[in-house]
Amino acid sequence: MLYTLCLVGILVSLVSLATLFVDALSDGLPWLDLQFLTSFPSRFPEQAGILAALFGSIWVVGLTALFSFPLGVGAALYLEEYSPKNWLTSFVQLNIANLAGVPSIVYGILSLGLFVEALALGRSVLAGALTMTLLILPVIIVASQEAIRSVPRESRDGAYALGATRWQVVRGIVLPQALSGMLTGTILALSRAIGEAAPMIAIAALVYIRFVPTGPLDRFTVMPIQIYNWVNLPQSEFRGLAAAGIIVLLAVLLSMNSIAIFIRNRYQRRAR
Amino acid sequence: MVNNVKVDVRGLNVWFRENHVLKDITIGIKSNAVTAIMGPSGCGKTTFIRAINRLNELIRGSRTTGEVRIDRENIYNREIDVFELRRRVGMVFQKPNPFPKSIFDNVAFGPRVHGIKDEEELHKIVESSLREAALFDEVYERLGDSALDLSGGQQQRLVIARALAVNPEIILMDEPCSALDPAATAKIEALMRKLAGKYTVVIVTHNMQQAARVSDYTIFLYLGELVEYGITKDVFENPKNELTENYITGKFG
Repeated sequence: MLYTLCLVGILVSLVSLATLFVDALSDGLPWLDLQFLTSFPSRFPEQAGILAALFGSIWVVGLTALFSFPLGVGAALYLEEYSPKNWLTSFVQLNIANLAGVPSIVYGILSLGLFVEALALGRSVLAGALTMTLLILPVIIVASQEAIRSVPRESRDGAYALGATRWQVVRGIVLPQALSGMLTGTILALSRAIGEAAPMIAIAALVYIRFVPTGPLDRFTVMPIQIYNWVNLPQSEFRGLAAAGIIVLLAVLLSMNSIAIFIRNRYQRRAR
Repeated sequence: MVNNVKVDVRGLNVWFRENHVLKDITIGIKSNAVTAIMGPSGCGKTTFIRAINRLNELIRGSRTTGEVRIDRENIYNREIDVFELRRRVGMVFQKPNPFPKSIFDNVAFGPRVHGIKDEEELHKIVESSLREAALFDEVYERLGDSALDLSGGQQQRLVIARALAVNPEIILMDEPCSALDPAATAKIEALMRKLAGKYTVVIVTHNMQQAARVSDYTIFLYLGELVEYGITKDVFENPKNELTENYITGKFG
């Protein structure tokens, strides 16, 4: 009984994934060519491309990685290795868990007020990246804490028994062993960020731009917004373009996930 | 045998939260000898040796009173540098615990932590430590390989070399052979005898034959209290306390 239930569950998810894939591929493949990858959006479907959105997404995710990894790992190290175990720490811990569940649009609205208006960053790549950083930080902290906790106590005790200070133990023993878990968690969180449209719409990223952002203060758009925009246009050709955009987005996502798997296997073999 | 007292323990008490694990232990551990600590599980053997390098204080809720004097200096004094203390008191754990690093980096970890950066000097220390732990001949061709590829017995000798690399005076061993086969155990026991010529060696053991084979002095702990302490031969042949006799003859334990 349970077995059949599990089988049905797996089948449902596999079939829907396959349907999505086949649908996107059949609609999008005819449109997916070099011209599509190297062109800006256009009123004419045969001239339109995803270049601006692709680079916008890469800019945002790249900066997000730069901000969120050190912050998340630092917070996790503090919580696991340094903070006293008292009510304040438990309160912070509880809040991080709750923040991981806050809808992404809420982060978008917060950032519109904080980064775009109050800090006057404008609707820039930087504001977008900071928004995504807030969004995925809780996930990275929790994943990094798990990675730190999985470092065996024998390893730490061995280093302390040699006269190592707490920082030397963190630096020489805990970090190297926890790094693969931290990186995996971060990349999976970034894969979530690259597919988010809502917070980017909230900070009003552009829908129609004919340039590639060249710096963190340039305006930008991201792939999910571009896809959403194409789907809403009346001409049916744009549906094909949207499907082609989905293929590109999925390709970026899958390559990020395979990097995560690669890193995990590589470090696990070494740390076995 | 005339040995000086190296570790002078006076009125040592250790609690883990409400749990009174060691009760008023007073004992003088002799230098350049192997002292074995025996007793049934949960009698405080491990806690006792971890009091000598202050490792108990890493556990939340632990509390220690009394004195442990090494060369007449109380290591629980405020002025004591605990990191320097742990350099002087090396430790080998029950389960071999090499770091997931190369053989070289395992042994060099301690010296590096204590500020030695010169590669040539590190090489000298690594080689002499591995030789002292009777491992050099087996690994000198592959110092860059992961320490986790070594066998259990080799790993245990590697962590002994790692402890020796910081030039300690006392070496604590917490059931170092419990995870090893008889052949590897024999090698570690021979090593203990050799090390006793230069260091003060304290081992925790569950195995009475092992205590009889390798130790000069034997301590018998029961439920956190010191029951018997003396020259190993005397403790095994003429135990003064009935509890010791019952334990040795296998009536409990």
